[in-house]
Amino acid sequence: MFTEKTLQEVREGKKRWEKEVEKARRQKPERKQRFSTGSDSEIKGIYTPDDIKELDFARDIGYPGIFPFTRGCQPTMYRGREWTFRMFSGMGSAEDTNRRWHHLLKEGETGLSTAFDFPTLMGYDTDSPRARGECGRCGVAIDTLRDFEILTHGIPLDGVTTSMTINPPALVLWAMYLGVADKSGINWDRIGGTIQNDMLKEFIAQKTFMLPPEPSIRLISDAVEFGTEHVPLWNTISISGYHIREAGSTAIQELAFTLADGIAYVQDVIERKKLDVDSFAPRLSFFFNSHLDFFEEIAKFRAARRMWARIMRDRFKAKNPRSWWMRFHTQTAGCSLTAQQPYNNIIRTTTEALAAVLGGTQSLHTNALDETLALPSEFAATIALRTQQVIADEIGVTNAIDPLAGSYFVESLTSQLEEKAWEYINKIDDMGGMLAAIDRGFPQMEIADAAYHYQKQIDDAEKVVVGVNKYVTKKEAPAEILKVDEGVEERQSARLKEVKAARDNRKVAQILSDLRAASRTDKNLMPYVIAAVKEYATEQEICDVWRDIFGVYRDPGYY
Amino acid sequence: MANSGRKIRILVAKPGLDGHDRGARVIARAFRDAGFEVVYTGLHQTPEQIVAAALQEDVDLIGLSCLSGAHMHLFGRVIELLKENKVDDVKVIVGGIIPEEDIPKLKKLGIKEVFLPGTALEKIVGWVRDNVSPRC
Repeated sequence: MFTEKTLQEVREGKKRWEKEVEKARRQKPERKQRFSTGSDSEIKGIYTPDDIKELDFARDIGYPGIFPFTRGCQPTMYRGREWTFRMFSGMGSAEDTNRRWHHLLKEGETGLSTAFDFPTLMGYDTDSPRARGECGRCGVAIDTLRDFEILTHGIPLDGVTTSMTINPPALVLWAMYLGVADKSGINWDRIGGTIQNDMLKEFIAQKTFMLPPEPSIRLISDAVEFGTEHVPLWNTISISGYHIREAGSTAIQELAFTLADGIAYVQDVIERKKLDVDSFAPRLSFFFNSHLDFFEEIAKFRAARRMWARIMRDRFKAKNPRSWWMRFHTQTAGCSLTAQQPYNNIIRTTTEALAAVLGGTQSLHTNALDETLALPSEFAATIALRTQQVIADEIGVTNAIDPLAGSYFVESLTSQLEEKAWEYINKIDDMGGMLAAIDRGFPQMEIADAAYHYQKQIDDAEKVVVGVNKYVTKKEAPAEILKVDEGVEERQSARLKEVKAARDNRKVAQILSDLRAASRTDKNLMPYVIAAVKEYATEQEICDVWRDIFGVYRDPGYY
Repeated sequence: MANSGRKIRILVAKPGLDGHDRGARVIARAFRDAGFEVVYTGLHQTPEQIVAAALQEDVDLIGLSCLSGAHMHLFGRVIELLKENKVDDVKVIVGGIIPEEDIPKLKKLGIKEVFLPGTALEKIVGWVRDNVSPRC
C-alpha cells in the first residue's frame, strides 16, 4: 500500500521517535514492561505504514458489500439500516416473557431473542425429575405448542424476526414457531429468524448436550436442508463464538474455533445432504462476543468476515457472493461484568457495544447491569436497550462505514488475528476436523488454559477489574433484582398436565412412533417434528425418542 | 490441624442442568495447583450422583457451583442426602450467581461458605487450608 520511498521515510522517522522514547523512559519508565490485548497478545507502542506494508487494499480491505467483506457485508451498512436491536430475554412462564417482549418492542427493540430455561434447553419437560428447581429460572419454560402460542401472543411473526437460543432440541422449538405461523395463517416464506442449532460449540463451551456428536450434526443438517427448501428467510444455524469466549477463550480462539465449526457444518451438509453450497450457505449466520479490549474486538470482527469470505470462495468454491458474506449477531461479554459496583457494568457494556458497531454487526444484544446477580429486571433491560439507541442515534458512528479501516494499528491487529486464527484452523484440519478435535478435547483444553490464565491475571492484579481488584469500595446494591415467581413450576406442571389430557393421545403416540421409525433412516426429521408439536406432543416426548435411539452425551469434565 | 500426610480431597461438582462450568473448572484447577486432590464430576449431575461420588471418593470437602438460579433446591437436596447418609464430616462450600438474601438461608442449611463472583482464587484456597483438614 506504500511506496518504498514512503516506507524509508517512515523508518527514519521511527528511529528519531525511538530516541525520544529512550529519553522519556530515562525520566519516567513506562507503566508496564509489556502491554497486551485482553487476550494477552503483545501490543507495540506505535504502529506505522511499515506494519501494514504487506496489505493490499483491493485484496484485503476493499469495499463493504464486496469480497472480501472486511469492511462490512452490506454496501450501505448503517446508512441503509441500523443493526437490529435484539435483546435476549426470557424468564418464568410464557406469559411473563410475552409481557417482557411487548415491553421491549414498545421501547424500540427491533428484533426478538428468546432465552429458554435449562429444562427446555436440554430437552426435558417441566415435570421431569431432572427439571426440579429449574423451571423458568434461567429463561422461559416451554413444554408444548400451547406455551409457544402464549409466548408469541400478539407478536406479528411476519413483522419481526425472532432468534432462538436453542441447540439440542432446535428442531422442536423451530417446529413450534412454524406451527404457530401455520395456525395464524402466515406462510413460512414470510417469516424470518434464527435458531442457534450449533452443537459443536456446545461440546466445546456452552455445554447443553443431549445426543452424541454424530447424531447431533445430523439433526443440524436436517434443519439446514429443511430451511433451504421451505423457510427461505430463516437462518438455519447461528455459528457461535459467543459461548466459546464466555467459557474463557481468547479472541483468537473464539475466531478460530467458530470458523472451524462453520467449516464442519458446511462440509457435513454438502456430504450428507448432497446440497450445492450456494443453495444453503447464504442462510448461515454467526454470533460473536464483544469483550472489553476495544480494538482487539473490532479487529476480530473484521478478520472474521475476511476469513469466512475466503473459506467459502476458495475452500468450498462457492460462487454466490451471498455465500461469501458473513452476517453476525453480537452480544456484549457477560463474563466481563462484575457483581461488585454493578452500575459500572453499564459502561463496560457501552464500550463493548460500540466495538460491535464499529466492527459492523448486523444485530446486537446489550447485557443488563444486573446480570451477574439475576436475570435482568425491566429497569436494567431497558437501560441496556437505551445504550444501543444512544449509540445508533447520538454519537455519529453510523455515518461512515468501517471508520477504522486504514488505521495502522487496527489493520495490523486484524491481520495478526487472522494469521493466528489460520494457525489454529490448520491444526484442527490436521487433526481431521472439528469433530475429531473435540473428541480429543483439544478446543476444550485450550479454552480451559486460557480461562485459568485470565483468572490468574486478575488475581495477580496484572489485569485490572475496577471494583474487584482496584478502586474497591463497599458494595452498592442495584435498585431491584428480578425474582422468578416461586409458583411458576407448579403452574407450568399443571398446564402441561392439562394439555396432555386434552390432546388426542392416540394420534400423538402414532406420530411419535413414525418419528422413531424415520429417525432410524436418513430421512429429514423436520416434517415429523412439526406434525408432533402440532398435536401437542411435548418437547421431552420428542427428545426421548432421540435419546432412546442415539444415546446421551456425557460431559468428559475437562478442567 | 490434623496431619496424616494425606492430602485434602475435594469433590468439585455441578448439580442440575446448568451448563456454566467456567468457574467450577477454574476452581478445580486452582485446588489442584494448591496441592489438593481434586475430583471434578463434570456437568449435569443429580444431587444423588454427587453424594454417591463424594462417598466413593472419600472426600473431605464438596464444592458446588450453580449459576442457573436453581441453587436453593439443588444445594438443599445435596445437604439433605448427606444427612440421610449420616455423613457429618464432609464440609460443603458453594459458588455461583446467588442472591445476597439466599446466603443466610444456605448457611442455615449447613453450607459452610458461599463464594460470589469476583472472589479471588487465593481466597477460596485460603479458606480451604484454614477450615478443612484431611481425615486420617
